[in-house]
This record gives sequence, C-alpha cells and structure tokens, in this order.
Amino acid sequence: MSVAILRQGDVLIASIQSDLSDTEVIDLRHELAVLVGRYRVHGIVIDVGALDVIDSFVTRALRAIVLTARLRGADTVIVGIAPDVAIAMVQFRLNLEPLRVALDLDEALAMLNRLNQRGAEDGG
Amino acid sequence: MADEVRVRIDGDADLVTARAEGRAMAERLGFPRPDPTLIATAISEIARNIVVHAGRGEIILEPFEDANRYGIVVTAVDDGPGIRDVEAALRDDVSGRGGLGLGLPGARRLMDDFELESDAETGTTVTMRKWRFRDELARLREERRRRA
Repeated sequence: MSVAILRQGDVLIASIQSDLSDTEVIDLRHELAVLVGRYRVHGIVIDVGALDVIDSFVTRALRAIVLTARLRGADTVIVGIAPDVAIAMVQFRLNLEPLRVALDLDEALAMLNRLNQRGAEDGG
Repeated sequence: MADEVRVRIDGDADLVTARAEGRAMAERLGFPRPDPTLIATAISEIARNIVVHAGRGEIILEPFEDANRYGIVVTAVDDGPGIRDVEAALRDDVSGRGGLGLGLPGARRLMDDFELESDAETGTTVTMRKWRFRDELARLREERRRRA
C-alpha cells in the first residue's frame, strides 16, 4: 500500500506516499477505522502532500474517513494540501466541510492536542 | 497528430495513469502553474465518469494550436449506456448513480471549453480544452474579436 501509517503516542499519522487510486483511498478509510480501535488513539493526521490531484472522489472519501473515525472516537486533521491542489479545489468548488486542515504536522498535532483537552474538560 | 497520447480506461487504477499523462503533456506544452494540476483534476473526473457509467473507454490527449493560442484537447470516449439527461449531469448537486453530479460541472469549471455528447446507441464523448494565449496582444485581439 502506498500509505505509511505510524503511531505516535495518542495519534495515528498516515502519510500518503504517492498518487492513489480510488480503491486505495477506500482501503485507507477501512484501515484507519480498524487501527483507531486497535491502538486506541484519539487523533489521526493524514498527510496528503503526495497527492497530485484532490478531486470530488478524494474529497468525498476524506470526508467519509473523518466521519468514520469520529464514530470510532478519533478526530482527524488533513495536512499538506499543495498550493496548486488548493487552487484547483477552489476553482472546482469542492466543499471541504467538515474537514479540519493544517499546514503541517506540528500544527496538526497541536490542533489535536487542543481538541483532546477540550474533550477531556467537557467529559469531566 | 504525432504526439497524441491515448490511455485505456478499464478500471480505477487507470485514472492514475490518465492524470499523470495529462499533467506531463500540459507541462511539456508550457502551461504555467497551476494549470497542469487543474487539467489533471478535470481528466480525473471525466475518466472516473467512464469507469462508473461505462466500465471501459479511452482518454485521448492532444496538443492544439491556432494563430493566437496553444493548448490541450482532452477527449473521453466510451460506448456505455449514455447519459440520459445531459443537462442534469452538468448541473451542480445532482446526485446521480455512483455519486456523479459534482464531477462533470467541476471539470467544466477547471477547463476553458467543455462539450458533452451522449446517446444510448453510441455512448458518451466528453471533449474539453484548455488554452493559453501566445502573448498579451493575441489575448486582446481575441477578446476584441469575441466582442465584435
């Protein structure tokens, strides 16, 4: 598979290594849903920097990943959308809601940290 | 044309090839950023349209040029069941089979020119073009011609 998934503490980091076929995108959704439970993580970071194209299918799939992970108790942040890809997405009028997006991994981890803290406060 | 590129589409893995070939040709032709990405994204959508609705078909990439412009023509051909309501397929937010709806109108917005022909007998052909004017003078000349 062209996605490297590693666990860092409470977070899964999925780095897409090359352009993905639709089937590989769907596989990623399933794999992340399973791994969230196996490692009991509360956050996922998906690095899409290697994707040349984010079209309607990939956008829908990312949204599905986010919602699926949410049901498994994890928040997801997307990082690394390339400048040209961002321009194409806007011109296409792709709707990214409810995706959380950060510029890089550090920012994504900080974002997940805040979400996790807020969750813990609400819970307590 | 000599430097025409054809990509067989038999399944979703072929979309990756079609996108890469489209990007490569756009770069070869001298399209500046972000145009190669816009072109690759539009190709991805019309190639997926083939996979979802017809199962198989072909993407044909060709350079074109005229007095004022240079550019790329992308044609997607299939002999599938055809699109019954072409107008609806090009409208936004129509949820068709396999979640079409967003794809084609989005691809149209990324390109300069977009045509869709479809009937049950011959299948579907999408032809789209993106171009650049050779220079600012050519662009102004073209604009004036259009207004006239």
